[in-house]
Amino acid sequence: MFVTRSMTSRGKGRRMFERNVLAYRSGWFVFASGLFEPVFYLFSLGIGLGALVGTIDVGGRQVPYPVFVAPAMLAVSAMNGALTETTFNMFARLKYARLYDSVLATPMRPVDVALGEIAWALARGGCYSAAFLALMAVMGYVESWYGLLALPATILIGYAFGAVGMAFATFMRSWQDFDYLGFVIMVLFLLSATFYPLDVYPDWVQPIVQWTPLTQSVELIRELTTGSISAMTAVHAGYLAVLSVAGSVASSRRIDRLLCQ
Amino acid sequence: MSVSAANASHAFECYIQQYRRTWRGSVFSTFLMPLVYLGAMGVGVGTLIDDPGVTGSLGGSYLDFLAPGLLAASVLLVVIGECTWPVISQIKWDKTFYAMLATPLSSTDVLVGHLAWVGVRAAMTAAATYLAMLVFGVVDHALSLLTLPAAILTGLALATPIYAFAVTRKNEASFSLLYRFGSVPLFLFSGTFFPVTELPTAVQPLAYVSPLWHGVDLCRTLVAGGTTLPMALLHVGYLAGWMVVGFVLARRGFARRMVV
Repeated sequence: MFVTRSMTSRGKGRRMFERNVLAYRSGWFVFASGLFEPVFYLFSLGIGLGALVGTIDVGGRQVPYPVFVAPAMLAVSAMNGALTETTFNMFARLKYARLYDSVLATPMRPVDVALGEIAWALARGGCYSAAFLALMAVMGYVESWYGLLALPATILIGYAFGAVGMAFATFMRSWQDFDYLGFVIMVLFLLSATFYPLDVYPDWVQPIVQWTPLTQSVELIRELTTGSISAMTAVHAGYLAVLSVAGSVASSRRIDRLLCQ
Repeated sequence: MSVSAANASHAFECYIQQYRRTWRGSVFSTFLMPLVYLGAMGVGVGTLIDDPGVTGSLGGSYLDFLAPGLLAASVLLVVIGECTWPVISQIKWDKTFYAMLATPLSSTDVLVGHLAWVGVRAAMTAAATYLAMLVFGVVDHALSLLTLPAAILTGLALATPIYAFAVTRKNEASFSLLYRFGSVPLFLFSGTFFPVTELPTAVQPLAYVSPLWHGVDLCRTLVAGGTTLPMALLHVGYLAGWMVVGFVLARRGFARRMVV
């Protein structure tokens, strides 16, 4: 019932988006600086560490290590970009700035807030992804025209993590709880086939790691930029789509419960 | 401008009391993280580096190379966390510093007390990484325990200049820039993950200026047993230099901000 009622007000999320654009006009340098983090990681762990590793097997071919790592950095940066916006920034607006209390005093509904915030997170992440993908292409780390699809794929990744992250942010009690979130993000970052392939793990661990959301995201991007497309590529995308829908429904319900009752 | 050990220890106690209420989350970030890091980057990536030519030039397995570097570098992340947002918070939001200065504590007492706490946090992080190294069988002799004071010194060499910067800031906006353009590049290019000699020749001097590189190299040679006294003294002296200059600047900035 709740979802149908809320869905009738679709479209006002745009106002939430506009608010964030206005708010960031004075912080454009902080906004732009977000691009540099994946670039530093690419240069350090892709190229510097890559010199020690040499080549690595992707889809039955040997590729230079940066070709293997760069798509993972792209997926990670899409995840991080969306999560920063929908957890840290959202928590600050929810608890301290009390932004949503004022927003909901207007004709806007919780679902508008959720969709507007996620749309903003995606737009922000999309800017970083496009720039990083362009850098990858210039450096010769995109080996297939399918690589162009990596940009919409990062949007899907951002949506999935952003929506789920927002649902979690509504459960946060204080900044201390972010220690747990940071730990989860770091574990995902290090263990999700980002820096080495899944077959490094013992046989019984592989299926567990395989189905974490970041592994799915990394493999999606990696298959697109190296052109190793298979039925699995569609499975990765489907997995992320399901996560996106579940996260959006959960987070708009939570915002409704927190602020409208 | 005076400092007394008793007064500074009162300020220090404040942070212990705070930590007693909030330590649970940091158990994960402090004590489990080194295990995950060494497992993923040391063992996981290590399996990809099987060329004996490469491992020969690293002086052992990749895990052996990475672990002591990570011990020094992990301190950086804790220190930058403790010396940025909490500093502004205690000036602007919680106003803890004003409360402390309303007592007989001098501004230097408060600063020393806070920095002592930062040193304790650095020690906790370094000890956690050292334990993870024991779990992975990286350390095998008592001299390697010297990496703990080395990591604390590295932490304070990074903490005091960051503190000096933080205390002059009007708001927290510049901290995300400090994190992106300071802490991330320092962490990634100070010889932790790969030898500095892999960097382009033009950039290498920058890595040697970085206090973190001196901490990394000191810890690495202590664990490998390859350090010489003059080299160790050079690293320690350089790190102490950063710590002292940073402290002088932080003290001046702190007094200027808090005591008008």
